Amino acid sequence: MSTLLDLSLLDLSERLASRAVSSREAVDAALARVEAVDGRVRAFLHVDAANARAAADAADARAAAGQRRGPLDGVPIALKDIFATRGVPTTAGSKILEGYVPPYSATLVERLLDAGAVVLGKLNMDEFAMGTSNENSAYGPCHNPWDLTRTPGGSSGGSAAAVAARECFGALGTDTGGSIRGPASFCGIVGLKPTYGRVSRYGVVAFASSLDQPGPMARSVRDVAALLQAIAGHDPRDQTTSAQPVPDYLAGIEGGAKGLRIGVPREWLGGGLDPGVEARVREALATYERLGATLVDVSLPHTKYGIAAYYLIAPAEASSNLARYDGIRFGLRVKGQGLKDTYAKTRDRGFGPEPKRRIMLGTYALSAGYYDAYYLRAQKVRSLVRRDFDDAFTRCDVIAGPVTPTVAFKLGEKVSDPLQMYLEDVYTVPCNLAALPGMSIPCGLSEKERLPVGLQLIGRPFDEVTLLRTARALEREAGPLPRPPAVE
Amino acid sequence: MALSLAEVRRIAALARLELSPEEEARFAEQLSAVLTYVEQLSTLDVSGVPPMTHALAEAPSLREDEVLPSLPPEDSLANAPAREGTFFLVPRIIE
Repeated sequence: MSTLLDLSLLDLSERLASRAVSSREAVDAALARVEAVDGRVRAFLHVDAANARAAADAADARAAAGQRRGPLDGVPIALKDIFATRGVPTTAGSKILEGYVPPYSATLVERLLDAGAVVLGKLNMDEFAMGTSNENSAYGPCHNPWDLTRTPGGSSGGSAAAVAARECFGALGTDTGGSIRGPASFCGIVGLKPTYGRVSRYGVVAFASSLDQPGPMARSVRDVAALLQAIAGHDPRDQTTSAQPVPDYLAGIEGGAKGLRIGVPREWLGGGLDPGVEARVREALATYERLGATLVDVSLPHTKYGIAAYYLIAPAEASSNLARYDGIRFGLRVKGQGLKDTYAKTRDRGFGPEPKRRIMLGTYALSAGYYDAYYLRAQKVRSLVRRDFDDAFTRCDVIAGPVTPTVAFKLGEKVSDPLQMYLEDVYTVPCNLAALPGMSIPCGLSEKERLPVGLQLIGRPFDEVTLLRTARALEREAGPLPRPPAVE
Repeated sequence: MALSLAEVRRIAALARLELSPEEEARFAEQLSAVLTYVEQLSTLDVSGVPPMTHALAEAPSLREDEVLPSLPPEDSLANAPAREGTFFLVPRIIE
């Protein structure tokens, strides 16, 4: 493996700026790495080598002419296959979109391309982002670079695995109930789910529209800040994006932890948390104290109802969003006897088991006679979860806790029991319900399995600045994780 | 709460899904487990709590209603499973 690939995104960027390294060299090294390891990792669903090389040459020409567009210019990245990319296949991990080539690009893809980023290809994911292990991908699961028999997490598993395995310098994912933070934790990288409304969802295949939020994944906190900088901000094409100004995410990032009040939810330590994960999380909290932060005991009493509320709200929204896959305008069509039969046959063949399960659950929760008992009640509980956070944030600046109850589990271990799989999201779902920004940052390896453990940080609405500063303080202290051993 | 096979079939019809008998049986069991789990929400007192209908607190921004370029018909039709001229071809609706 080229040592170039061990560089962080921003370290590579510096070398591109000084022209010590060319974008073409970086892209060729990354493509060679994909060639060498991706047969085992299976992070990529589509590699776009020709376009990537052409984009790299264009970036090198800009660098030579002194017209570099900024820190992402010439940097090889990759995208979860949920983002519409003009002229490049986009499947959302589903057979119903096999062969679909979007006629337009997502806003965030346009912004990344405008910034000069080089897109290597599209990354594996659970079908329609529904999953916690990547095993719901219709194209086969992605594997964890730390141990190929284990899950990289989901649904942005391909994004996390590709970054961890040094197949790219950064990636974009989406997080509806933990789909950025969970995989980041399992693969030992940094992932950020921005505040709902911070990043445009235009051109992002919709799962649950009131919860979905795209965000960056990379090997360092600073890299994640640079990627967020490029994609954040109001979009006239997405009415749910916020008009709040986008701050400079790197400006205060080295501010340290001194004086920070870090809230520790008493409900989140102990209980169902694996002791090996808890040990690393507690160490990280102790590090913060040593760095001059104050730990504050906070309570989030309604977050234990988060999973129940989430698995009504998200499927309800999904059942509505996935109604568009009807075999008429794009995607698969299976001919039946007349229109209704064509719909039913197309959707039966096109959707895998998990989307079907969630469509069924959502249709039920929204159906006549059940709406008040399920969907409306869940929306009220969502308000209670948000209130818990609002109360906690009167006494602290950021909240810290675990990301997942365990380290990466074995592929196949939980597939037969959907409810057990859903419970994996217990610590990540509340942040989505409350529409808050959240991060996962590595806080060491578990004692027993020697697998990465993530620390979750949750911030106030639109306060990604404090979140990044807090994350950077720990990263500076802890240093980088070793390379994932299974792809050495 | 347990979901009967008849209920599963009713929901599948509403959702325009044609399920195999095996899928119907499996979903009846799995969805019943999930619905039993979410029952815990009924233990909470939510009287007087407004539903969180919007994830974003601020009022959505409005823009002028201007005509902007849209996709050319050829691009819009490029992924159509069946087309005729500049139209999507659909199965017969009136029988």
